[in-house]
Amino acid sequence: MDPALVAQGLLSGLLFGGVYSLMAVGLTLIFGVMRVVNFAHGDMMVWGMYLAWLLSTRLGLDPYVSFAACAAGLFVLGLGLQRWLVDRIVDAPHEMQILLMLGVALILENVALMAFGPDPQRVASPLGRATLWLGPVFVDIARLVTFAVALALTLVLFLFLTRTDLGRLMRAAADNSYGALVIGADVRRVYAVAFGIGAACVGAAGALVSPILPFQPSGGLPLSVTSFNIVIIGGMGSLVGAFVGGLLVSLAESMGAVFLSPSMKELVSFSLLIVILLFRPAGLFGRSGA
Amino acid sequence: MSLLELRAVSKRFGGLQAVHGLSLEMAPGEILGLIGPNGAGKTTIFNLISGFLGPNAGEIRFDGRSVIGLKPHAICLLGLARTFQIVRPFPHLSVLANVRVGALARHPRAADALDRARAVVERVGLGDKAAAPASSLTLSERKRLELARALATEPRLLLLDEVMAGLTATETEAMLTLLRRIHEVGVSLLLIEHNMRAVMSLSQRIVVLSFGEKIAEGAPSAIASDPKVIEAYLGEEYVHAAQD
Amino acid sequence: MKLAALGAVAALLLLPAVLDKYVLTVFIFMFFYAFLGQAWNVVGGYAGQLSAGHAAFVGIGAYTAVLLSMNAGVTPWLGMFVGGILSAALGTVIGYLGFRFGLRGFYFVLLTVAFAEICRIVALNTDAVGGALGLYITYTGNPWQFQFADSRVYYYVALALMLGATGIVTWIERSRFGAYLAAIREDENASEALGVNTFKYKMLAMIVSSFLTGVGGAFYAFSLFSLQPNAVFGIPLSVEIIIRPIVGGAGTPLGPILGSFILTPLAEISRAYFAQRGWAGAHLIVYGMLLVGVVLFLPRGAYPAARRLLGRRGA
Repeated sequence: MDPALVAQGLLSGLLFGGVYSLMAVGLTLIFGVMRVVNFAHGDMMVWGMYLAWLLSTRLGLDPYVSFAACAAGLFVLGLGLQRWLVDRIVDAPHEMQILLMLGVALILENVALMAFGPDPQRVASPLGRATLWLGPVFVDIARLVTFAVALALTLVLFLFLTRTDLGRLMRAAADNSYGALVIGADVRRVYAVAFGIGAACVGAAGALVSPILPFQPSGGLPLSVTSFNIVIIGGMGSLVGAFVGGLLVSLAESMGAVFLSPSMKELVSFSLLIVILLFRPAGLFGRSGA
Repeated sequence: MSLLELRAVSKRFGGLQAVHGLSLEMAPGEILGLIGPNGAGKTTIFNLISGFLGPNAGEIRFDGRSVIGLKPHAICLLGLARTFQIVRPFPHLSVLANVRVGALARHPRAADALDRARAVVERVGLGDKAAAPASSLTLSERKRLELARALATEPRLLLLDEVMAGLTATETEAMLTLLRRIHEVGVSLLLIEHNMRAVMSLSQRIVVLSFGEKIAEGAPSAIASDPKVIEAYLGEEYVHAAQD
Repeated sequence: MKLAALGAVAALLLLPAVLDKYVLTVFIFMFFYAFLGQAWNVVGGYAGQLSAGHAAFVGIGAYTAVLLSMNAGVTPWLGMFVGGILSAALGTVIGYLGFRFGLRGFYFVLLTVAFAEICRIVALNTDAVGGALGLYITYTGNPWQFQFADSRVYYYVALALMLGATGIVTWIERSRFGAYLAAIREDENASEALGVNTFKYKMLAMIVSSFLTGVGGAFYAFSLFSLQPNAVFGIPLSVEIIIRPIVGGAGTPLGPILGSFILTPLAEISRAYFAQRGWAGAHLIVYGMLLVGVVLFLPRGAYPAARRLLGRRGA
């Protein structure tokens, strides 16, 4: 095994992990605050990708600029979904939530199918081809930028949750929604914003990754499953866990691609998921014994 | 041979020592009351006895046989049944179907179990509600349902966790009468109760717990006048109930 | 009720005489997916363990039967049972891991999805079983090889599968097994306290469910004459399997049938409608809307709601 190949895999995996982390952070925020399992997460990300594509083809905007708009668009979608659908099943058993969000996922996927067709797309970006050589390995500039932006967004989110009133309220509601109600917090609004932010994260992630990966409407559910993988491995409800988990899973898949074969990379992450489910379902950073 | 024996049982949850070196014994046919302030570890003890939790130390024997490590369903089949502090009826099933689940433990044939369940439902006074969904019952009726389900498993020892909590005075009297009738047929009762009047008048013996440790044990009248217990939380007026 | 059921069965038996080929095919799908949904119903509806990876069992049953037929000349009539047994073996593993390690709700769902995806990826990458291209069955029209020139035979086989599975589920519902499953679904801990060995009964449900689904896999492969990993192990198939009992009424014997009778024609009509406009596959929008609608307004499915409407009391 060529060490350069392995090093390349590690580097690329790490950089791509930024996107995974951002995806996972959004999902874990939703779960942490509302205890809702968002099965439509991946499909929302696909919409982020298509939004970036639209902005690129109609307005000529580079996704590394338009990701903010995509995030905003998905934020609105998230707010709407929460207000009209998710709010009604916040207290329902997990199975009901899963089925509802699965229904939403199917709708999102197929509206995308009707709007954009089934063929894979990619967004053109001048950064798309740029590479930087560091000795025997090269750095994909696009991935580097993606990683940097994802990291920045996660930090912004972290600051929001720890420094702002609304953010602190959100964490309070995550810890104890009843208590939050008692102190007069508008829990529904907190939930809506949380869901919106979760959607925004994944919208940004979608935009950021649109020049790197081809995307199509049917890619939504696999992305959802990957997000769950990461969040379970890292620890449901833990931001740090989601971030680290994203990097870890991306690295694992990258190594899987290097040592097994590219099409087997998910085998590694699924096997890792099963191991975690069995032995430490709280994930690496979650509280055990839950 | 004692029916139930706990020897030096301890249980900790992380930093919290919920139960500490507890020993107690029950003879067949006894009614034993377990009282103590909130957080004394009473429900934890029930969970330990019935197999939902495992102790960190000590022995738990039912009929001389250790039950540590047995799953709850196995302990139930040995003759030890329990109710839950917050009642847990099967909400979408009818009262009769609820009780039948318990009856199936001793009568595997569905039809036999149904007959047996009907009898138990009558005995606890829910006969006219047999076909109603469990979710439509009042609290008092749900308590009786919980009791009926456990009874249907034909236990020799019944662990009752605050079975009188939330009941009115009339309902409490009715429950006491029912429990006495159950006892007369040969079922031993171990009760956790906060209703002092009720537990004092029903129990033959009382064990008092505080912060996971036994602080007193004896006849209700002795307990009521025990300075340690009075200090823990009893008041003067309950001495009279024990003298009935 | 019995009379109505017999009447319905009789009608279904006589239907092929009047149906044209296309509608016949729709009915075959209707029966077959009702069968798969019924198989899922045992563990997902009655035992309340939501599995979103049942495609794994379809795939294993399918590949087993096809490979045995192609490489060892074993008739699929036998191969389907071998497929069922192997699927049950996988079901035992998944069940054991899930139930022994206390995985419930969302975590159990993920476990089942993980296994299905692993099967799919392994099949995609294993050339011995056809890899990404999958396997193709050459047409011989030989009934011993589960091939029939007359589509009506497929109709009757699918009908038999559906009725058989429904019979099994009805029998389970009336037995101690069924009563225990209902209790487990309602409240596992309370059931344990009443002497119910929840682990054993959940495992039994999983084994029965995966066995039946595996048997269905063989039918799937031999009626389509082909097998692709993405189709037969994929999440979309798992969704097709679970949506019928959920919409129709999980945990009831008629739920999967009702669900399939509603959804299959609906899917066909919307498939045709959308395909005309060049939006192939968009019929799944209807699935999505139905799922959302059912969860919000009819959480127990169409069948219990219909029963209430018709004035009969629920159990």
